[in-house]
Amino acid sequence: MNYADLFRVTLPESVLELAVLLVLVVDLGFLRKAALKVRVAVAALLGVAGCGAATWAVLLQGGVLQGRGGLSFQDSHELLLTTGGFTAVAQAGILVLTALTLLLLIDEDFTRHVGEFVAVVLMAAAGGLLIAGAQDLLVIFVGLELLSLGLYILTAFAKSSGKSAEAAMKYYLFGGMSAAFLLFGFSYLYGITGSTNLHQILLALNGRNAFHAAPLLYVAIVMIAAGLGFKVAAVPFHLWAPDTYEGAPAPAAAFIASVSKVASFALLIAITTAAMHVLDGPIFVMFGSTEWELHFLPEPYAGFGGPWSLILTVLSAASMVLGNLAALAQTSVRRLLAYSAIAHAGYILLGLAFFSYGPRSAGAVLYYVLTYGLTTIGAFGVVDVVQRATGSDRMDAFLGLHKRNPMLAAVLLVLFLSLAGIPPLVGFWAKFNLFAAVLGVSAGPVPFALVALAVAFSAVSLYYYLQVLKRAYVMPAIDESRIKAHPVTLAVLVGIAAAVVVLGCFPALLQGWIESFCPVI
Amino acid sequence: MLAWTIYLSFAGALVLAILPKSKPSLARWLALAVAVGGLAVAVVGFGFRIRQSAWLGLPYLTWPQNEIGRVTIVDLRWVPSMGIHFLLAADGISRVLVLLTGLAAVAGVLFSWNIELRTNEFFAFFLVLIGGVYGVFLSFDLFLLFVFYEVAIVPKYFLIAIWGSTRREYAAMKLAIYSFAGSAMVLIGLLAAYATAGSHSTGLVELAHAGLPVSFQMWCFPLVFTGFAILAGMWPFHTWAPTGHVAAPTAASMLLAGVVMKLGAYGCLRVGIALFPRGLDPWGFSFAGIGSWRDVFAVLAVVGIVYGALVALAQTDFKFVIGYSSVSHMGFVLLGLVTLNQIGVTGAVMQMFSHGILAGLLFAIVGRIVYDRTHTRQLAELETMHLSKRLPFAAVAFAIAGAASMGMPGFSGFVAELQVLVGAWIAKPWWTATAGVGIVVSVAYTWRAMQKAFFSDALPSAHVLEHEHEYAFAAITWPEITGVALLAGVSLVVGLYPRILLDAIEPAVKTLLAGGGQ
Repeated sequence: MNYADLFRVTLPESVLELAVLLVLVVDLGFLRKAALKVRVAVAALLGVAGCGAATWAVLLQGGVLQGRGGLSFQDSHELLLTTGGFTAVAQAGILVLTALTLLLLIDEDFTRHVGEFVAVVLMAAAGGLLIAGAQDLLVIFVGLELLSLGLYILTAFAKSSGKSAEAAMKYYLFGGMSAAFLLFGFSYLYGITGSTNLHQILLALNGRNAFHAAPLLYVAIVMIAAGLGFKVAAVPFHLWAPDTYEGAPAPAAAFIASVSKVASFALLIAITTAAMHVLDGPIFVMFGSTEWELHFLPEPYAGFGGPWSLILTVLSAASMVLGNLAALAQTSVRRLLAYSAIAHAGYILLGLAFFSYGPRSAGAVLYYVLTYGLTTIGAFGVVDVVQRATGSDRMDAFLGLHKRNPMLAAVLLVLFLSLAGIPPLVGFWAKFNLFAAVLGVSAGPVPFALVALAVAFSAVSLYYYLQVLKRAYVMPAIDESRIKAHPVTLAVLVGIAAAVVVLGCFPALLQGWIESFCPVI
Repeated sequence: MLAWTIYLSFAGALVLAILPKSKPSLARWLALAVAVGGLAVAVVGFGFRIRQSAWLGLPYLTWPQNEIGRVTIVDLRWVPSMGIHFLLAADGISRVLVLLTGLAAVAGVLFSWNIELRTNEFFAFFLVLIGGVYGVFLSFDLFLLFVFYEVAIVPKYFLIAIWGSTRREYAAMKLAIYSFAGSAMVLIGLLAAYATAGSHSTGLVELAHAGLPVSFQMWCFPLVFTGFAILAGMWPFHTWAPTGHVAAPTAASMLLAGVVMKLGAYGCLRVGIALFPRGLDPWGFSFAGIGSWRDVFAVLAVVGIVYGALVALAQTDFKFVIGYSSVSHMGFVLLGLVTLNQIGVTGAVMQMFSHGILAGLLFAIVGRIVYDRTHTRQLAELETMHLSKRLPFAAVAFAIAGAASMGMPGFSGFVAELQVLVGAWIAKPWWTATAGVGIVVSVAYTWRAMQKAFFSDALPSAHVLEHEHEYAFAAITWPEITGVALLAGVSLVVGLYPRILLDAIEPAVKTLLAGGGQ
């Protein structure tokens, strides 16, 4: 890759960084004396504009690369970053969700440093864009750190709140640790294969030499799974999630729950796709692997793909079970959302564990994570409005919400039912699509049992979502005073709820859009 | 044409949700208009024709022979990449059940005329439920059917939890958990069938023709059948039903017993039996006379019939009597389904219709006409109230409904249960013999409840006697009279002239049992 290519590939990230500078200059340079409300509005709108421009750049790239026939195999050996295809879908999703998070900021007053907040959000989003397209271990690590450091800062941003500081500290300590694990795993991979390029590594791992290095490889895979499992809050690397979701300022929590998830899953898709590419692609012919060699390797444990999908399966099952069961016991709605996020990560990991090279699996996972991100931003928005009106995010703060603000209650109803997977809302389609994709890859007893487990636990999840809705709709209100929501916030939340309904009633809309990016194979 | 029942209900719900809350009477009339509109569409779409009979030239209603088959109403590609269609169609079974839904909806609105709390929301949830039920009965795409099925389940929770009575939050949550456990089983079966068939279509007809392996059907059938049967109140998964019925507001218990339990039974037939017919084949070995899933479910159905009747006999709460009687009557539906012969399955569909009408009527009398005036449902307290004199209308209505429900010839229940019993006799005589016990007990519990609630001579306490004249019950209102007349009239008409429905049901059952064709 030469610099011209590199610049073209990183155009969206560059646009975002320009927006960062612009926000800082405007906020710190021109608006120092202005009222907080004005500064928040200007910073958020500039940020949204930046996201819009970057989305445009992403879609432009998508078009350019599609014209060239997508990512060709020969290119992938020296590749740092990809654009277009499913990367473009994930990047556009990241940018849209970032813009929604920024719009939710407009009503906030937890900090006076709004310019910095928006700047850090955009920088973290740039990190997300990087890892969504990364094809090289170093780029992955740099992108992840850019994203993570931004998230630690955002979590700590409510300086006057002790909970925010505590949450950030826990998040940072866990995050630093898991980054170390990840780097350790990467170093083993490099040691085994002598390359940092994802495709080179996976190729080499399927060669004969790697067979003798199997124990080292397993250590590396476990380390990498730990590092990435932390990012997606998969059990047993989930311990940071409830505290962070509870303590972080609402826009930061929404950002962590949506954008960071989309980016991390996009990375997991890239790694898993690369692994499957090696297995399904024309690779064995190119490297002259003979039939004998193929038989020599015990298929399920050879190379990267088998152990990787095994460890994802374990993480997935553990997350589904533990996330849903722990959510049953929560009284804080934010912690409930955190555990439900863990459970949802479990469902998505199932889609990654039984993955096929091609548009079907990747499309289903992306569909799930994008719609989940959208829904969860809305959920955090509602929780935040209620929390600021009542001073608590306990379930009892939601008592009588249908009287105190009917619109907000209706939004909550739609979003929570969608999270629980009730048709015809989008959450149901996402689940169905994902599970159908899993069974499409393999309908053996193991994937089938896991899908059955996932469906059973989504029925369980309805119980805790209903606990909140019960307070909003059924139980009598203690305090009937009206809860006011900022018009922009309300408009964003209603828009999200409407999108959840419309995308649920016409599932082919989003699915068609995602598939239109699929590279020709 | 029939698709408008669905659109009309959902549109009505949407309008009600955004209507100003200050005008409850507007909401009532709007809901009534939507329900009547739905019923009108259902009646017209049913396809009655008026013919001149040869005898005295009297006009009579008939089922036109050239329209007996399945008629596609709407067929749109919904999710093309997964082969999911928005496919609405109707055969005879669908039409009968759509008609039932229309009747139950109108009656439900009439008997909720006195709802004052959050009226708009009540009718909005009510119409969403109705729309979902219409949708299930008209869907011929398995996926679409499941979507509507879930749409119908969610409002039930809110209807019971918000407007219910006795232990309503507990009952609502219990019902929701049972329902969603059942629908999770159905969804697993759906995903498995979709993946196994590999036909890239979720149409019921396509799946039935997909040639699913017998070994697959053997485990998928009980899963799906049980999942649906939970909602049909199959013993031992029935326990949500009595508590749910008792806690629900009158209209919701009418719908719950009247149509929602039928969703389960309909699913058992349309999905369970029609898609996985080989799942009912013998296992090849038998244990204590049970040699196939068919035997298993028949035993459960018979146990449900007898158990529900016996438990109804022991209740002290008037509404629990009706609640357990529903479990017993739904047992007949399930028994009819697993007979797998023409007359038994036809009887099961008739019983769905008949029980839908009669259970609605009974719940309306107990929940609305009696309870809303006496404010008690305890039979011991009702005994002291001389209701036959003070509420003669209720007493007469209950006598009619009770007689119809226990299988008095001339009413719909008789036709239905007789066919089920004949079908069961053909299959295995001992099923009929045992289920017959249930009928005898049903006479006993109905008479016991009627006698205690209305015709008791027990002396009232001095206090009550003194105040009986001062606290006269509110007069019977026109919606109550209309509702009772509608439901009792339909039961009588169908009982006297069952061909009106049988002409529609029989050809559809025949095609369905012949396999594959749905």
